[in-house]
Amino acid sequence: MRDAFARELLRLAGLDDRIVMLSGDIGNRLFDDFKARFPSRFFNCGVAEANMMGTAAGMAASGLRPVVYTIVPFVTTRCLEQIRVDVCYHNVPVTIVGVGGGLSYAGLGATHHSCEDIGFLRLLPNMTVICPADAIETRLALAAALAHDGPVYIRLGKKGEPLVHAKDPEFRIGKAITVRPGDDVAIIGTGNLLPTALEAAKLLAGHKVSARVVSMHTVKPLDVDALAAAFASCALVVTVEEHSRIGGLGGAIAEWLADRGPQRARLVRIGTDDRFLHEGGDQDYARRQFGLDAQSIAQSVLSQYRAALGDGATS
Amino acid sequence: MTTPPAGIMNLKAAAARIRARLVQMSHEARAPHLGSALSCVDLLVAAYWGFLRFCPGNMDDDTRDRLILSKGHAAAALYATLAERGIIPSELLATYGRDGSSLPEQMSPGCVPGVEAATGSLGHGLPFGLGMALAGRIRGLPYRVCVVLSDGECNEGTVWEAAMFAAAQKLETLVAMVDRNGWQATGRSNDIMALDPLKEKWQAFGWHAVDVDGHDIGQLIAELCRVPAVQGKPTVLIARTVKGKGVSFMEDDNNWHYRIPNVQELAAARAELGQT
Repeated sequence: MRDAFARELLRLAGLDDRIVMLSGDIGNRLFDDFKARFPSRFFNCGVAEANMMGTAAGMAASGLRPVVYTIVPFVTTRCLEQIRVDVCYHNVPVTIVGVGGGLSYAGLGATHHSCEDIGFLRLLPNMTVICPADAIETRLALAAALAHDGPVYIRLGKKGEPLVHAKDPEFRIGKAITVRPGDDVAIIGTGNLLPTALEAAKLLAGHKVSARVVSMHTVKPLDVDALAAAFASCALVVTVEEHSRIGGLGGAIAEWLADRGPQRARLVRIGTDDRFLHEGGDQDYARRQFGLDAQSIAQSVLSQYRAALGDGATS
Repeated sequence: MTTPPAGIMNLKAAAARIRARLVQMSHEARAPHLGSALSCVDLLVAAYWGFLRFCPGNMDDDTRDRLILSKGHAAAALYATLAERGIIPSELLATYGRDGSSLPEQMSPGCVPGVEAATGSLGHGLPFGLGMALAGRIRGLPYRVCVVLSDGECNEGTVWEAAMFAAAQKLETLVAMVDRNGWQATGRSNDIMALDPLKEKWQAFGWHAVDVDGHDIGQLIAELCRVPAVQGKPTVLIARTVKGKGVSFMEDDNNWHYRIPNVQELAAARAELGQT
């Protein structure tokens, strides 16, 4: 995802001279081509993320389209006040791109984990939150964000993730993409855990459970039509994300559901626990600690699905 | 002592009218921060009459110079200055702080022409102004950006992040004015965060820093018009001011950070400022 972002940014910057890149002293070599082609539009803002975000807002208020980039916790919670006041309150077109979403940088410790950022950012008025599922969605999301007249947060994984899409899907902000059809269960995922959600759906097929997989790449605004369809047509809707079960995609859908009233489907939220991870280990290890591997997800969905069918039989 | 030129006498009169208006606005809206507003009036007058290039009827022009009042709690001072300068109608000042007013106690984005940024949370104006100045450079527009900070605001780390970055970028179109009235909300700013030596701090951060009398409009204009005094360096004026300036019983009395003038105090203040 990271490399797809850098390549697409380079391409778009060649088409639109309003695009400016601000990096928080990160991306060694990643932006060499950008720097070479557009030296006046690349800024290494140092390890000073709050100033970087305020600077980007001032640029966006003066006719530019800045893209602000560093590791998720530092481009979100570290400068949340600047995102809220300078970017969102002024409603200016700053595209915030975070690399290392969720547990991507598990080994670097919880300072570098980001399992709360979706919650923080979707709470802000005027903010759009997009979590691309793979390199293809990353490319499409960046183009959509830079064409959008307001703040956008794009949450990336790292690099080398498997592709979810074989070819470019139609991509619109706020419009979910069905990645796999299915009628029993709808797995609605967002971001870098979507390939795992797809694997889980394949495992469920082995248990004769037909699982639809939806990429809800835009967590704000939610695609309420896709949600309504999923809750009306399936017995179970499961959210899957590399983010806390509080405040993220699952939280957003739970809010929507509470307002909407009883539906055919029950909601189950799968995500990280409300705790910091203290142990060392890689991303796969960290995911297993929270039950976010394909086996655990499939097992969890299967038992909840059977329970839901049981509930249905007794009602 | 030489007699100031007539132009400066007119600006002093404008500053007195603005100050009288501020006391009245605070009284009528029951709004605090009067002392902070009074201390920065001469900085705003110097900038709006002697430095900034703009067309009062077209404050959206891409080429205009920009001023951000980063000490947003003194918003009334900016509103009254914009009115005195003919950028917004004077009648609007009567709505200050009222329900539904376009003049909130602290500025909202673009609430009236001339408001370049919504401030109020301290430490935002300098990074924002820095972004505006960089945008001017990237777009080939020759405008300058002036940011007015309070000395208490210099407690905020973002001020110093922006200072370092502006210096690294050799951003000579950026100029800051620090309203060095020596007080912050609840005490002497130098006791709370050891700001001194403030000029030397800015110098150490790569800025061209100048100490000025923040109530000498002529000197302020002269220093502003030297910008960029040093090629490749942003400029900061450390403007020595008096909190509550212009009203004898408010001067250097930090109670007026929050106090609201009553009817008698309003009349006394207006009389001192030559407005009856």
